[in-house]
Amino acid sequence: MVVPDAETKPFWDGIATGELRIQRCPACEKAVFYPRAVCPHCFDGEPIWIRAAGTGTVYSYTVAHRAFGEFAAQAPFTVALVDLDEGVRMMTRIVDARPGEVRIGARVRLEMTTLTPDGPQLPCFRLVEQA
Amino acid sequence: MSARRRAAIVGVAESEVGKTPHLTVLSQQAIASRAALAEAGLDRDDVDALFVAGGWSWAPALALAEYLGLRPRYLDGTNIGGSSFEAHLGHAAAAIEAGRIDVALIAYGSTQRSDRTRNAPRPATLGEQFERPYGLPLPVGAYALAANRYLHQYGVTSEQLAEVAVNTREWARLNPNAYHRDPLTVDDVLASPMICEPLHKLDCCLVTDGGGAVVVAASDRWADVATRPVVVLGHGESTTHHTIANMPDLTVTGAARSGPAALGMAGVTHDDIDVLEIYDSFTITVLLTLESLGFCKPGEAGELVGGGRTAPGGALPMNTNGGGLSYTHPGMYGIFLLIEAARQLRGDYAATDPRRQVPGAELALVHGTGGVLSSTSTVVLGRG
Ligand SMILES: [Zn+2]
Repeated sequence: MVVPDAETKPFWDGIATGELRIQRCPACEKAVFYPRAVCPHCFDGEPIWIRAAGTGTVYSYTVAHRAFGEFAAQAPFTVALVDLDEGVRMMTRIVDARPGEVRIGARVRLEMTTLTPDGPQLPCFRLVEQA
Repeated sequence: MSARRRAAIVGVAESEVGKTPHLTVLSQQAIASRAALAEAGLDRDDVDALFVAGGWSWAPALALAEYLGLRPRYLDGTNIGGSSFEAHLGHAAAAIEAGRIDVALIAYGSTQRSDRTRNAPRPATLGEQFERPYGLPLPVGAYALAANRYLHQYGVTSEQLAEVAVNTREWARLNPNAYHRDPLTVDDVLASPMICEPLHKLDCCLVTDGGGAVVVAASDRWADVATRPVVVLGHGESTTHHTIANMPDLTVTGAARSGPAALGMAGVTHDDIDVLEIYDSFTITVLLTLESLGFCKPGEAGELVGGGRTAPGGALPMNTNGGGLSYTHPGMYGIFLLIEAARQLRGDYAATDPRRQVPGAELALVHGTGGVLSSTSTVVLGRG
């Protein structure tokens, strides 16, 4: 289902070894995601790969009650947009959350997991227990 | 002859909308195009420019030109999603004003409902490989992400979202071609199945077949046409992102750029607009668009549409054909916004159904949204 290309292969290779890789631009120092050959911020630097800490904040989320294909049987499940602490936003799945538990602004941390039997390892997130 | 050359919509038509297994994307467009040209009193061979958007061919403009027997000397296959047709109208007007073309045909067709292709799985490539593996149904899931952020940020409620669908249904009840014509309440919307929180089934547009066509002519030709021209006064378009994770702010759409551009070019303000045709892929689309266009402050669109203000008889008539929510939504709906705006400005309904006619409609704002809030295109139209 996922078709890595020359530009995204380092990301998926990282995921396979448990590492969430994003990019940083050596010219303007801003983080970049998804991977690009030319920085979308300054259009000058060529982004280099870095390892993300795997911590972030929920920017928004939705609970999908209907889904299609291999995901149909998983509904309801929570998909979120997470702002990584490095300063980029990514779509992800929030795993092991009880209904109504995910909130905008909640802190989350990386949890690599598969979502479908034959699917790839994916960078999902779980809620960080609040003290 | 120093007066500026202007562009106007001179003919509009739908084909058959709803469920049309006996039609194809091409026959849909041919039927609508012939009808729109006939309404304008123009011949096929008057058309020298063709504007087409669709994902059904690698080059839909070529496929449609061949099917129609057209040999246009100006082709535009801009595809930016459901707002493509407002963009086409803006591009056609620019080409007319520059003296490059005289008569443009904008066409769209879809057999989406009969095909049931909308959710067919396909491999995730390029940017999609960072979204598809999480299983979010699209486009609804992306709009749900925006809706949840919007409700969180401004304290707007699901009831206020539902009022968009309720007001729109009131218009659909006056449209004999509308897919849904039964009365609808806020409670009905909230009781409909949850699709992606906070969007219920009745917060979502229809999935139908359908086609439409719009004929645009240069002012030199207006004396020849059979209709009252609807003049293109202003246009703007924009994009903010492709995939939803890359939308800079989930509560502000590209309408914040395309709206002021269109109003500024037309030299009019919000208060001058008599009728609004706003792309309603989902109820949230309408609230975000009204705010980004500047019809109210951020977070206040729920109050703006509340109390039936956008329903028939309200102070801000909007989506007067019943919209994508209740009339029809064949994949990319933008062409139907233009068709309805033209009919309102011509006063077509005054004779057939005065309840549906916005009284004294002289200026319309038409706004398309495409993708997952990804593109916008705004047009200001005036009665000629
Ligand atoms: Zn840079």
